[in-house]
Amino acid sequence: MSDLLVPAIATILDQQDETPDTRTYRLRFRDDAQAERFDFQPGQFLELSVFGAGEAPFCLASSPTRRGTIEVTVRRTGRVTDALAALGPGDEVGLRGPCGNGFDVTAAEGHDLVFVGGGIGLPPLRGLIWNVLDRREAFGNVTILYGARTPSLLVYKQELHEWGARADVEVRITVDRAEPGWTGTVGMVPVLFDQVDLKPQSSLAYVCGPPIMISFVIQDLLARGFAPERIISTLERMMQCGVGKCNHCCVGSKYLCRDGPVFNFREIREMWE
Amino acid sequence: MKILKLPKEQLDFFASVLQQFGEVHAPVRTRAGYSFRALERWSEACLDYDRTVLPPKKYFLPPRETMLTYRRPDGYVAGSEGLNQKLVLFGVHACDIFALNLLDKVFAEGVFPDPYYRTRRRNVAVIGIDCEPDEHCFCPSMRADFVERGFDLFFYDIGDHYLVMVGTALGDDMVLATGPLFTPVADADIVEYKRRSALKKTKYQLEVDLRDLPEIFELEYGSEIWEELGRTCLACGNCSTSCPTCYCYDVQDQVELGSTEGPRVRTADTCLYSQHAAVAGGENFRHSQASRIKFYYYHKQRGFVMEHGRPGCVGCGRCIVHCPVGIHVVDVINRLRGVRDAVASH
Repeated sequence: MSDLLVPAIATILDQQDETPDTRTYRLRFRDDAQAERFDFQPGQFLELSVFGAGEAPFCLASSPTRRGTIEVTVRRTGRVTDALAALGPGDEVGLRGPCGNGFDVTAAEGHDLVFVGGGIGLPPLRGLIWNVLDRREAFGNVTILYGARTPSLLVYKQELHEWGARADVEVRITVDRAEPGWTGTVGMVPVLFDQVDLKPQSSLAYVCGPPIMISFVIQDLLARGFAPERIISTLERMMQCGVGKCNHCCVGSKYLCRDGPVFNFREIREMWE
Repeated sequence: MKILKLPKEQLDFFASVLQQFGEVHAPVRTRAGYSFRALERWSEACLDYDRTVLPPKKYFLPPRETMLTYRRPDGYVAGSEGLNQKLVLFGVHACDIFALNLLDKVFAEGVFPDPYYRTRRRNVAVIGIDCEPDEHCFCPSMRADFVERGFDLFFYDIGDHYLVMVGTALGDDMVLATGPLFTPVADADIVEYKRRSALKKTKYQLEVDLRDLPEIFELEYGSEIWEELGRTCLACGNCSTSCPTCYCYDVQDQVELGSTEGPRVRTADTCLYSQHAAVAGGENFRHSQASRIKFYYYHKQRGFVMEHGRPGCVGCGRCIVHCPVGIHVVDVINRLRGVRDAVASH
């Protein structure tokens, strides 16, 4: 029987709290050969199983340029994520994947890159960002624009700081509502577009966040002259089987789990049920 | 293709020979309707049935199937009951075989073949039988009234004999295992086969036109029909459960009480249920029943066509028979086309 539908065991090595309800786990397959062999594209996802709770899809938040371990960033929203939150270093989970198409990193070479993240939408971009930064010379300008509802809901605070300190990366952050001590920008993510030099002709924009955020960011980017195929996003549905069978993620003739979750806006525009 | 004939009075002998190829299942009359099930004796088989309640897909995508069991520290161990049991399905109609060929496109072919489905497909032999259309059949419209593959043998009634098409090497083995029972067809058999085939074509009462149907669906995306169907549909899922081409499934891990071990079970699901497009966190991409029944139709008549070149429908009529509120697929399609009078009599 192939391992298409059967998870392999991985161990939680360590974990990092991102926000009150979001945590990043670093995982490694129990089987060393599998751990070293495991390869993926940023933007792909895993089906993660928690013993006794079930299976759910999570994007790979780490970069394939860093082999051996895998990271996922998980917000508590249901049965599987609640059960996962009760686990810690040394505990075991099941993993299947990688699933989906992922970002085409090779096609992005030579372009200026603009990453636009909202809230829990930064994790899929983080894998791509590290992939790009690990091969920094292959890409043009790198701009990271990120927003969350409040300062305490920003994920990867340490890395945002680290990226912002680099001379070859531009980072801008905003929050919808300030909290005491916040001195940065307040407003929805598109307010950041005026703070940087967007180059619609030479840039690829990677947009990831809640559906409503994706929708208004894309409209704004189009209005600023981005061609639809230069706007790339990841779509969300219930990706239960991860292999284009169970039909929960079907939109029109596409299975988001198999044909996506990454699509450019030209493709997204054509997609309807 | 090898084509032979078998005297009808030899059918029960042939059926007894079939047992060496697997447990023989055939349509049996039950209180709820016809049902494929294991035969205790050949006389239970009812070969002149109209349609079974559930299509034969139940043998390949069981309504409920354990995919694996999980337990620490072993992890997740694949295993499904009955996966390696040899079965012979006797008496499958052409439309239902056509539907299995369509399920093959999803589960046996492509990038990610489903190992459970493929194993079952290998272990279940299919013997087709010709049928008599009733007022709910529209398989010719869906070009599924005839199959040239997907069966090991196919039986056509030509009076005193069955004309038998041999579809696979396994079918040929079944023929050979009976000794000299099967004989070559004579000219008179060919005449009789063609006469019956032509006559059958005249008996269909329903018709839909497939030409440019995906485009019609695209044009009618905003049609008021969908809201109307949404108000009528009870979301019972009968159409989908009984559909030979519907294949949505749901996966749940069950837990033995007081432990973290148990089976992972997949069960038949349907896009008509309210939670089908719901995700964690409360978002539901298809909130209304109108959006769900619309998806049901668009996936069969547009999405499936885009991916596989033909509709995900074989015209078997089960969704018409089993809908408790009278939603009629042919009526829906013909109304979208605007030829309302053509179905007024149904």
